[in-house]
Amino acid sequence: MAEHAGDVIMKCQAGFVYSDAFIQYHFRDDHPFNQLRVQMTKELLEAEKVLESEHFLSPRLATEEELALVHSPTYIEAVKKASKGALTEEEGMEFGIGTEDTPMFTGMHEASSLLVGSTLTAIDAVLEDNYEHALNLGGGLHHGFERKASGFCIYNDGAVGIEYIRKKYNYKVLYVDTDAHHGDGVQWLFYDDPNVCTLSIHETGRYLFPGTGNVTERGLKEGYGYSFNLPIDAFTEDESFLDLYESALKEIVEYFQPDVILTQNGADAHYFDPLTHLCSTMKTYERIPQLAHEFAHKYCGGRWIALGGGGYDMWRVVPRAWAQIWKTMISGQPFQGELPEDWRNKWQKQAPVELPTTWHDPEGLYKPIPRKAEITEKNKKVLANALQFIHNQKKYNHLSP
Amino acid sequence: MLVEEIMKIDVITMAPSETIGKALQLLNDHHIRHLPIVDDENQVIGIVSDRDVRDARPSIFDDSEPEEFENEIQTIMSHPVITVHPLDFVEEVASIFYEHEIACVPVTKEDKLVGIITEKDMLYTLIQLTGTNVQSSQIEIKVKNIPGILPKVTQVFGKRKVNISSVLIYPYKPDSSYKILVFRIQTMNPMPTIEDLKEAGYEVLWPNMPGMSS
Repeated sequence: MAEHAGDVIMKCQAGFVYSDAFIQYHFRDDHPFNQLRVQMTKELLEAEKVLESEHFLSPRLATEEELALVHSPTYIEAVKKASKGALTEEEGMEFGIGTEDTPMFTGMHEASSLLVGSTLTAIDAVLEDNYEHALNLGGGLHHGFERKASGFCIYNDGAVGIEYIRKKYNYKVLYVDTDAHHGDGVQWLFYDDPNVCTLSIHETGRYLFPGTGNVTERGLKEGYGYSFNLPIDAFTEDESFLDLYESALKEIVEYFQPDVILTQNGADAHYFDPLTHLCSTMKTYERIPQLAHEFAHKYCGGRWIALGGGGYDMWRVVPRAWAQIWKTMISGQPFQGELPEDWRNKWQKQAPVELPTTWHDPEGLYKPIPRKAEITEKNKKVLANALQFIHNQKKYNHLSP
Repeated sequence: MLVEEIMKIDVITMAPSETIGKALQLLNDHHIRHLPIVDDENQVIGIVSDRDVRDARPSIFDDSEPEEFENEIQTIMSHPVITVHPLDFVEEVASIFYEHEIACVPVTKEDKLVGIITEKDMLYTLIQLTGTNVQSSQIEIKVKNIPGILPKVTQVFGKRKVNISSVLIYPYKPDSSYKILVFRIQTMNPMPTIEDLKEAGYEVLWPNMPGMSS
């Protein structure tokens, strides 16, 4: 990492986990979760000539033993059965398999195990090999539970990854989830663990799935004070989103002092996203990886693993948002200016909407939000409440001799 | 829902002749705020709250064990006690809490103590009734206040095989000829259901356009 006065120029060693087989995690043609997003992002990065053959890491399959780090063996058996088409609708119900959100499909066990394996590949690259950062856009399936599929997620690769890090490396893990939906699966799996700190910023659960992620969910027993939630109001815009996120992340990193940072980079808080009601633009998605990058270097010797996640406007939002993660990993700076024409031309043929022409979103993407001041004020209160525990600790430590 | 489904059956109680000091200790040890006082037959003859016990103490600045703590608990207990039956409805208990401004009722059957319900149990039950404790998305629909409307709306959900985790109905204040139906449904993608509802002519209040809302 080289620095010169003022502007920081960074050259980091980063790995990009990718396989054409990611696409096999496919529920149905009209299902909102589509891994074509990963291929689009990869091709966008190749068109920008920042992703070369030396960057690629081939993912492995997670073993059943690894899946069992967080999932119950009966659940894994059920997924395997469903994978072969041998699970009845009734049997699946108990495990959340065969619902509208997570329908059964042939090969679902293998496809899901690959996504978990790809996250483990990213982790090993950073913790074992010489990589500072690694990106696995195929992962980030944060709604998977111990014995239940939900919210488009079957196995929870992030959670398996965290437990894998805990067991194999005994590192303190900071999990940061910027998906517009609460990162419930990961939070509950480590709710009582003081060595795993979770931070999730998401649209309030008053209306949006999964409904949890209240600011009062702070952890349990020894893990109390190691779960942080920032449930922000519907129609929150860049400014307020980033204000909360940056302030919280800064204080939490300082307080928790992690050894490694794992980020879930769902890209569904964008104004265009059809499933959520937040009003972020690309500004948010340029800043999020910059912060992770900065703090990983400051606190963790660079150790940062980034995952994908939600993101349901896969034409206009996800490829740009995710490409910025990679660009930041290798250079510390986001892309600017025009999108490569070849890439646009290729995907425009398939897209039902007009693809953007630039990395940034134009001003005036949406009509001004009438309740902006109120939303900003409410979000500020959420921030104060979420950090209350840290502030109390500080005060207490300051008072005691 | 019946009282017996939500009541706690391990009740910490006291005999009338035990001391106030003992009451304080029980309240602290068990992190509770109410103690029913029962006689030899397990009949509820009084109740004390943490506030009653605190009021019995002369001053919080006095660290020494006050002699008042040696007094019998029956000297400060409230009586007669409002109780409920295991087969009463949970809604009735909520009304009792509200009307009498109390936060706890012992549950008795044939005059014997069998359980207890506190405000906290009540709130927990209400949280479950609203369905916010399970993964779900919320949809609000404004409908005509006429018989038969609910099954028509729920049919739309049924067609999409979307499981409903809770239904609430509340009045539409500006116009009493309408009501608001609130559904919590177990899906992360409510869009197809919302489309179906709109197509069937229902007014979906949420999710809606920016700025119009809630």
